[in-house]
Amino acid sequence: MSDFSFWIILQNLLLATRWTILLSLIAFVSGGFVGLLLLLARVSHSKTLRVLSIGYIELFQGTPLLMQLFLFFFGVALFDIEVSPWVAAWLALTFWTSAFLAEIWRGCVESIPKGQWEASESLALTYWEQMRYVILPQALKIAVAPTVGFSVQVVKGTALASIIGFVELTKAGTMLNNVTFQPFLVYSLVALIYFALCFPLSWYSKRLEGRLNVAR
Amino acid sequence: MSLVSIRDVRKSYGAQEVLKGVSLDVGRGDVVAIIGRSGSGKSTLLRCINGLETYQAGAITVDGMAVGDGKTDLRTLRRHVGMVFQQFNLFPHLTAGENIMLAPTVVVKEQKGEARAMAEALLEKVGLAGKFDSYPSQLSGGQQQRVAIARSLAMRPTVLLCDEITSALDPELVNEVLKVVEQLASEGMTLILVTHEMRFAREVGTKLVFMHQGRVHEEGPPKALFANPATPELAQFVGHQN
Repeated sequence: MSDFSFWIILQNLLLATRWTILLSLIAFVSGGFVGLLLLLARVSHSKTLRVLSIGYIELFQGTPLLMQLFLFFFGVALFDIEVSPWVAAWLALTFWTSAFLAEIWRGCVESIPKGQWEASESLALTYWEQMRYVILPQALKIAVAPTVGFSVQVVKGTALASIIGFVELTKAGTMLNNVTFQPFLVYSLVALIYFALCFPLSWYSKRLEGRLNVAR
Repeated sequence: MSLVSIRDVRKSYGAQEVLKGVSLDVGRGDVVAIIGRSGSGKSTLLRCINGLETYQAGAITVDGMAVGDGKTDLRTLRRHVGMVFQQFNLFPHLTAGENIMLAPTVVVKEQKGEARAMAEALLEKVGLAGKFDSYPSQLSGGQQQRVAIARSLAMRPTVLLCDEITSALDPELVNEVLKVVEQLASEGMTLILVTHEMRFAREVGTKLVFMHQGRVHEEGPPKALFANPATPELAQFVGHQN
């Protein structure tokens, strides 16, 4: 039928997996950075900042990631700006990730008891000093487990980048299927590789959650 | 001139008025015990003094600084007004010593070494020498509250506000905290306490304030007031307590 042996298929998929991992990492890091800025705006005293942040979060949470990818890839091209699949995928995933992380982290910040704010306020700390020294250190501890848990969504989200021609795991699978005509084998392998990436993350997230509950 | 002056202060939450024109004078070195039923507005009044709550009418000044007029920097005010809470509110991610050092190093930019020396001295003062490196979760309620007192003293306040600081404690831990407060009183610290400890109010207080339905219903020397309440409400309240 074809000259592609099982091992060659697997080898090619694994090579493409590098790009899935790299895209996930980059999206997660830059999404985390933007998410932190969004969080600070979301919980700040400035109404303008809060409204802008809420608008951003709602917009990117309330639309499909695929539409966001299309807008960055095809939409921007309408303005005669050349966008590579890499850049479009990176940007779309960053915006999408940051919106969700900001919202997850906001929940963590708001779960810190009011007494912590009042005590630090009474000690003459400014709002940002309260955040920096009292609230965020505590919120960070709570945030680790759901943040690691969300990273699973980012890894799976990178699959959509295949549609705009970014050759990562899913796209490689599609290409291999086109030449081998063995969809069941190819996509099973693809799914297994995603699982191998995601399962340790969600397992670790559950473990972190458990550990935190014991400490409380 | 009084150190803390409260003039006809009114505050409401929506339609419900919780402070209906409260006036009170606190002199330097006074130990004022505010008693009253829950909902009488005593905690709210205390929280107005350091700007944790805003009020709608009247005036509060502390050491000449107006509170809540929008002009006085609350940060400056709070360096002079310490507050201790019912639920301790220690920072759980910091050790006892770090809890005490936080405000001096962050707000006043004191040197780490100096702040540490002061924190150790304050811990010794509240009877917790050697607990510098303990986290709040490793301390009993009474010990946590004493750390909280030490923490508020680190800013060298001129007034210390205590909001039912023994109410969340097991009975056998109440005295160790009250002893610290009594020591502060004997050293001349100005104290305003919302409390349910009647014995403490009578023995240590220099002034007793009975609040009822958002007003100062009666005030005067504690011993005289406890012995001869002028109003039936205070008589009943004291009777219930004893």
